[in-house]
Amino acid sequence: MDIDLKVTPDKYLPHRYAGASGDFNPIHIDSQFAQEVGLPSNILHGLYSMAQVARACTSAVGGDPRSLRRLSVQFRGMGFPEQEIRVSGSERESRDGVTVVEVVAEQGEEQIIRNAEAELQAP
Amino acid sequence: MPVKTDARGKTYPPYVYEVGKEKIREYAQAVGEDNPLYFDREQARAAGFRDVPAPPMFAVVFAMGSVGPGMFDPDVGIDFAMMVHGGQEFIWGEPVCAGDVISTETSVKDIFEKDGKGFYVFESVSTNQEGQEVVRGTWTNIVRGV
Repeated sequence: MDIDLKVTPDKYLPHRYAGASGDFNPIHIDSQFAQEVGLPSNILHGLYSMAQVARACTSAVGGDPRSLRRLSVQFRGMGFPEQEIRVSGSERESRDGVTVVEVVAEQGEEQIIRNAEAELQAP
Repeated sequence: MPVKTDARGKTYPPYVYEVGKEKIREYAQAVGEDNPLYFDREQARAAGFRDVPAPPMFAVVFAMGSVGPGMFDPDVGIDFAMMVHGGQEFIWGEPVCAGDVISTETSVKDIFEKDGKGFYVFESVSTNQEGQEVVRGTWTNIVRGV
């Protein structure tokens, strides 16, 4: 099983995700504030990037949300709007109907999610 | 200064969230989900759901109201200026659908220090109106320079 998803969050995506998730931390939606605290610009919500990993995993097995049983990630680096995210991964093992996949999410050379591990099971 | 670990095991009151169909739509659109199951009640029912299901990561929407007070608890004492969200795990149970009433309880699972960083680990357990577990989250926050 191959996991492969590409998505480019647009400039205003962090605002829409803030509204949808309820996380209005200004480092995600206010570039000026982000720069004042030492970031290059406003950064993506880590849980938005994790949602892209989740979407890549469920899409790889037909899209049913019941197929994703577990997802564990480590956040590293920073994600930015207006840069392509590539989620990729492959199967590590399959046992008793559960497939374990290892996944990363990258922007350019930078890993923004690493050591992600998902368990998928046909619903 | 060593990290304070007194808050280990502390629990917070349940946070109750009623899942709305339009909130699922808003969330699904924000994260780029285009599966019609998340938007179309008839398709969702034909697939065996009570109503439109929420994408798995919608868990953050109903759990944050419970996890937030733990993270901001002065007894836990996280220095937010130095904090990053280091890791996250969800283990899903019953699917969450529009109309569900989800109750989430959070506890401080662990606080420890490693390599000059403080690790603050919270566990959230969310159950639906039937008492079925829908998702268990482990939230790891890392504070530099403790």
